Amino acid sequence: MKYPIGEFDSVTAPYIVKFSVEADDFLAAGEASMQIKETLKMLGASSIICQRAAVITYEAEMNLVIHGGGGELQASIDQEKIELLVRDEGPGIPDVDLAMQEGFSTAPDHIREMGFGAGMGLPNIKRNADELHIETAPGEGTTLRAVLFFVSPSERKA
Amino acid sequence: MAGGGLRPKIEKACLKGIPGGGMRMNLGDIVKLLDGVVLCGEDLTGSLDVKYAYGADLMSDVLAFAKPGSLLITGLTNIQIVRTAQMMDLPAIVFARGKRPQENTLELAKKAGVPIILVKKSMYETCGILFGAGIIPCEIPDRGV
Repeated sequence: MKYPIGEFDSVTAPYIVKFSVEADDFLAAGEASMQIKETLKMLGASSIICQRAAVITYEAEMNLVIHGGGGELQASIDQEKIELLVRDEGPGIPDVDLAMQEGFSTAPDHIREMGFGAGMGLPNIKRNADELHIETAPGEGTTLRAVLFFVSPSERKA
Repeated sequence: MAGGGLRPKIEKACLKGIPGGGMRMNLGDIVKLLDGVVLCGEDLTGSLDVKYAYGADLMSDVLAFAKPGSLLITGLTNIQIVRTAQMMDLPAIVFARGKRPQENTLELAKKAGVPIILVKKSMYETCGILFGAGIIPCEIPDRGV
């Protein structure tokens, strides 16, 4: 087993939680991620899984707040994985490869002064996710799908 | 503070980045060492021990490199620093160079049970004192520098 996971037996999978995230609401930003983390903890996920999931959701949530003009964050948890869907109808990402590079950022100064916008968001998501897909085009918003497996590839269902 | 005999061992461990090289230190002792003021969560400081620390003024850096359970040292004062600590299971936050957290930051810290410690010293001095006392730095993976 790659990452230990607690008992999900008592839960009818998948367990889905959905949040709406407001643009520029820096006070509430992170609440959705915290609730997803609490849900994982409640379901018995290990602290490593909880932290990795939290980094993915929190960075994605901040992206909704900073860049996406708000959006939707959905976590779907079953016995072998957490699947995160993040959707916005914001400006889209013109060059995903560039956005994936550490240090590349389009965040304005007031965001940087808050300690964000260092160009580490997407790289941090990638580092913690087992699978990452980004669908985006200029003017057409962004959909990010990240999967984090609780078990090793050999133990996954087909 | 660590005894003289232990110091080379700790340094060796730090240099090699081996986790478990240092000693756990009580948060109450850290407050004394830094000449700090506990702004909230004073009741928790006696029961919290830390072994690692991470200092940063960038949230994503904390999310990328802080080891869970580390003491966080920062100059960022907005509410997101507490959220970041919550995401990474960082048990307490030290605000260096005389910075004070914003009101909503303090409120969330109280709610989340994350002690906040105010320190007048610079980030460098704060980190230096903790390093000298045997608190282990978080390991930064090779980033091809």
